[in-house]
Amino acid sequence: MSLFADALAWIADGAHWGGPGGIDHRILQHLAVTFAAVGVAAVVAVPLGVLIGHTGRGRLVVVALAGAVRAVPTLGLLTLLGLALGIGIEAPLLALVALAFPSLLAGAYAGVESADRAAVDAARSVGMSEWQLVTRVELPLGADVLLGGVRAATLQVVATATLAAYISDTGLGRYLFAGLKARQYDEMLAGALLVAALALLLDLALAALQRASRPSTGKVPS
Amino acid sequence: MTWLDANREYVLDMLVQHLRLSVPAILASVLLAVVLGRVAWRWPRAGTVVLGAASLLYSVPALPLLIVIPVLLGIPLRSGLTLIVALAVYGTALLAGTAADAFRSVDPHVREAAEAMGYSRAGVLWRVDLPLAVPVLLSGVRVITVSTVSLVTIGALVGIPSLGNLLTDGFQRDIHAEIVTGVVATMLLAVVLDGLLVVLGRVVTPWRGTVPTGVTT
Repeated sequence: MSLFADALAWIADGAHWGGPGGIDHRILQHLAVTFAAVGVAAVVAVPLGVLIGHTGRGRLVVVALAGAVRAVPTLGLLTLLGLALGIGIEAPLLALVALAFPSLLAGAYAGVESADRAAVDAARSVGMSEWQLVTRVELPLGADVLLGGVRAATLQVVATATLAAYISDTGLGRYLFAGLKARQYDEMLAGALLVAALALLLDLALAALQRASRPSTGKVPS
Repeated sequence: MTWLDANREYVLDMLVQHLRLSVPAILASVLLAVVLGRVAWRWPRAGTVVLGAASLLYSVPALPLLIVIPVLLGIPLRSGLTLIVALAVYGTALLAGTAADAFRSVDPHVREAAEAMGYSRAGVLWRVDLPLAVPVLLSGVRVITVSTVSLVTIGALVGIPSLGNLLTDGFQRDIHAEIVTGVVATMLLAVVLDGLLVVLGRVVTPWRGTVPTGVTT
């Protein structure tokens, strides 16, 4: 257990904060890469998922894609892109975008589709346009599921951003690999604890956001 | 293909290592998840806590977990057991909720009928609940099988040999063919194990498919 104390002491050490390799800088970098990847993926995946959910076309593609991506070893994707694009932020970012895509697509599609059909039909019968149906009925009703997709994607990306340090000088994973190489267990464990804490906090924050998105009327008629 | 021809033995060796790590992790996950799922189904209040803890565990990233486990259990970092424990934690966390759903999917009338016919509690569990829970449970087992096989590769980063070695070695020595071989072999292994599970599912639920459609739900 003293190893944990060593790791915490390593984190608390003022010398490891500030500057380009400091913990604060690495946390921000890790978060920036995560949000950038999820953001870029969402710009394409969410509208596409909404379209699929609204029209009901292309469902099989979503299911097949989600299954196939789960089977691809992330490390393989990272190393292949790393060789192809060189040591920079591009390769890990691209791999993370690819990783976030299926969860976002599935969340958006399932969210829109989960909207009560009776409510959608009612909205259509009172004369709402297709655009109004999506923005005023399906999206508010499906926000919970959609945000679930965002949460899953973010969690996956923040975790995998750790692996990104294997092919580039990015994020908190750097401590982990540096410690591993130099057999410095305190640094390695400190990196592991920092990533785990970051992932947990992010997940809790997104869970709270997801809860807040649920209809406030209390009960949703089923 | 030439790289594969020259390194056939190495790839096979890593494939065997990969299986040795993934199969025990999958088996342990199924066992633990069924027990936890049963608990969550039987006592819903405790179940909320158990399933909540499971989802929290699932949000711990894999590589950090791989580093924390040896410290907690006092085993060497580079031992295969470290990876098996980490993967079993993930598999269990992911499957426990599905296992609870699987027990919930069993028609209560069937259970009551079995009790009325004089089945003991153990009899109901082994001969009614578990077999009828198989279809839902199996869908979850297939998911964790594929993700476990894929996740084994990260063991290579801390020095636990598997097909993941082809990825790290290929990266360090700039051999594209080696990485591609590693990715394809890992995915093939996942597909083969998934196929075996589908066959197993048919074998243990012989009543499905033989009943005219419309009678089964």
